[in-house]
Amino acid sequence: MIRRTCLSVAGLILAGSAKADWALNMPRGVTELSVETYDLHMQVFYWCVAIAIVVFGAMIWSLVRHRKSLGVEPAKFSHSMAAEVIWTTIPIIILLLMAIPAAETLVKLEDGRKPDLTVVVTGYQWRWHYAYQGEDVSFYSSLARTSADARRKNSGIDPFTVENYLLEVDRPLVVPRGAKVRILLTSNDVLHAWWVPDLAIKKDAVPGFINETFFRAEESGVYRGQCAELCGMDHGYMPIVVEVLEQDEYQAWLDNQKNGDAKLAAAK
Amino acid sequence: MSSAVTDAHEHDHDHHGPAKGLKRWLYATNHKDIGTMYLVFSGIMFFIGGFMALIIRSELFTPGLQFVAPNFFNQMTTMHALIMVFGAVMPAFVGLANWMIPMMIGAPDMALPRMNNWSFWILPVAFSMLLATLVMPGGAPAGGWTMYPPLVLQTGDAFPFLIFSVHLMGLSSIMGAINVIVTIINMRTPDMTLLKMPMFVWTWLITAYLLIAVMPVLAGAVTMLLTDQFFGTSFFLAAGGGDPVMFQHIFWFFGHPEVYIMILPAFGVVSEIIPTFARKPLFGHDSMVYAASSIAFLSFIVWAHHMFTTGMPLTGQLFFMFATMLIAVPTGVKVFNWTATMWKGAMTFETPMLFSLAFLFLFTIGGFSGLMLAVVSSDIQYHDSYFVVAHFHYVLVPGSIFGIMAAVYYWLPKWTGHMYNEKLGQVHFWLSTIFVNVTFFPMHFLGLAGMPRRIPDYSTQFADFNSIASIGAIGFGLSQLLFVYVVIQCVRKQGAKASSEVWEHPKGLEWTVPSPAPYHTFNDPPKVAAEVAFS
Ligand code: HEM
Ligand SMILES: [Cu+2]
Ligand SMILES: [Cu+2]
Repeated sequence: MIRRTCLSVAGLILAGSAKADWALNMPRGVTELSVETYDLHMQVFYWCVAIAIVVFGAMIWSLVRHRKSLGVEPAKFSHSMAAEVIWTTIPIIILLLMAIPAAETLVKLEDGRKPDLTVVVTGYQWRWHYAYQGEDVSFYSSLARTSADARRKNSGIDPFTVENYLLEVDRPLVVPRGAKVRILLTSNDVLHAWWVPDLAIKKDAVPGFINETFFRAEESGVYRGQCAELCGMDHGYMPIVVEVLEQDEYQAWLDNQKNGDAKLAAAK
Repeated sequence: MSSAVTDAHEHDHDHHGPAKGLKRWLYATNHKDIGTMYLVFSGIMFFIGGFMALIIRSELFTPGLQFVAPNFFNQMTTMHALIMVFGAVMPAFVGLANWMIPMMIGAPDMALPRMNNWSFWILPVAFSMLLATLVMPGGAPAGGWTMYPPLVLQTGDAFPFLIFSVHLMGLSSIMGAINVIVTIINMRTPDMTLLKMPMFVWTWLITAYLLIAVMPVLAGAVTMLLTDQFFGTSFFLAAGGGDPVMFQHIFWFFGHPEVYIMILPAFGVVSEIIPTFARKPLFGHDSMVYAASSIAFLSFIVWAHHMFTTGMPLTGQLFFMFATMLIAVPTGVKVFNWTATMWKGAMTFETPMLFSLAFLFLFTIGGFSGLMLAVVSSDIQYHDSYFVVAHFHYVLVPGSIFGIMAAVYYWLPKWTGHMYNEKLGQVHFWLSTIFVNVTFFPMHFLGLAGMPRRIPDYSTQFADFNSIASIGAIGFGLSQLLFVYVVIQCVRKQGAKASSEVWEHPKGLEWTVPSPAPYHTFNDPPKVAAEVAFS
């Protein structure tokens, strides 16, 4: 533990080179908007750092120099219109500089035109249901067996030995790379929220209402997330896995799903 | 009060001290007694809520489920928050108001002493009821302190008790707020114009108006939950034509002003303390008043920044983003003014000053993360993650709680007539400040890396920072035992005798009465001499 703590301190210092376990920052993600969100996040963060250097610098300077033990006499001033005006206007200007790019990204985020593919996502206590609109493909997606076994209280299974502990599902959502995916969200019972950090989307699933959100993944791969709105006992156990495939692989997967269902029906 | 006819009666009054035994407390109408009860109550709640926090952090020390069931975990997060917000922070500020406001404005007592008694004694009832839900069938409420439907409607037998205890807390707060407003408006010593009032009085006046404005809204929201559950309405149920998200709008219309209710009095406290220990008048007293008022006003038009993921029209999101960013301006003005107060002062670093300085630095960090949260597209990533947990704990623990502790150290000698143990006080300060950062700073990283809040178990990639946070939490919890020890030592008069000024020429009327402050102070309105006046 102590070694870990030392490592963590080192990790903090070498923030840039931190590995996954010591992840310090938001992922850049794999959509245009996730990268833009990341940049915005960093931009505001750097503004905060700059302001902090000035303000904390002034405070620390004062703490070092203006102490009674140095024999200083306290000054008497208690007003300055000029100072008040300056430190009201400068923050307003900085805020404007932040607000403009923030508004631009937000407008893009809300742009729902021309989706290539629509998936209806329904939250259940405690799993997700995915229905591909117009494709006759739909299924539930629940916590994978391996995690479900290990997560029981005193299960005797060390979570570190379980791959993607709590972030693995039995059937992931599969989408094609480069397609604009529209997610229509609703819920069957209580509120849930569908969050995948690498896609930079999080949206509430509200029973009786439909919410929409969009993403276009630029890289194939597997992206993991979790339910982000408290939904009861097993809120921590309804992960989301999105598998982004190349267009042809996706088509093959889709055909397979349909045939699979047809075969099942025939067997009955 | 002035007529000669009442003289004989008044004479009697002046000389009777506190009643004996239990009656002194049960029938208390004296503002100092009631203030003490509020503070003690708050301290007890702080430890109960803290104990729940330690259960949470122990479970989160490593991945896997070790100690509690998920449902009980959710009960702990819910109860921890309700108890800390309504049981620890708010009553502590009301206690400080009771003790200090009459003494700071030269009034003999609070304006409405019997209501004062009532507003206190409601609280133990409310919280006994809330705590009793822990042993009810179905357990305590587990739907989060925000009580979002439909989940909260799945609460077991505890549900009506939850609603009723929230009603009682609201009732108590409203009565406390009425008392503060009436006292400040009507009972100031004639010399003290509004703009001459100390900052603590000012911030409490604003807080009291906020309370009166929003506690009824909360009461309305939970009443609608109650009727949805038991009387067939469907305010928040889509099946009956209602809307679950409407609850969030109503809740946060209360909730955002509520967070300022929990910080404005702390602003007041540090505005008293920093000038004393910088030996320099508060910089920009009037602009501080205007800044606090603008914060209060803006707090009514930013509520939906808690709801950016619920699905809102673009224009709504833009409005709430800009309004939220705007709050940073008056908040900044406050921080700059405190810095300017220290500038070219002659500072010393007694415990109250140390806590105020930690407040200044760490609250500002919470302000920075608040600013980051205001940006909608980033907030979509931060929302309901540990980043938000880090944000609100930075503004609430080293913000509100440190403000309360600073106030206790600052005024304790006035209350007890004895100094607290300065060395132990400083040890308590350093332990608290170090551990508070060890606990909450790593939570920023966890949230950014993708850890949702309110989960009993997490993926192994979050293990390291969670262990650090848990260690910090246990350290912080244990450090607070030292606080209790220091306070008890002081109450038992084990320190040096305090002079009436206690510190070096602090401003304010409270320092013109002896220490300990006599049971009745300012039966005759005092003159506000130049050396104790503000602005
Ligand atoms: C510069 C000033 C501040 C700004 C701009 C700000 C902004 C925000 C935003 C946007 C959120 C919502 C985050 C989310 O859920 O996605 C939030 C949450 C919160 N803030 Fe602040 N905040 C500020 C100061 C404060 C203060 C002074 C307090 C209390 C003393 C406070 C307490 C909270 C709490 C308790 C929550 C979370 C509530 C919950 O979801 O349970 N904030 N803040
Ligand atoms: Cu959930
Ligand atoms: Cu807010």
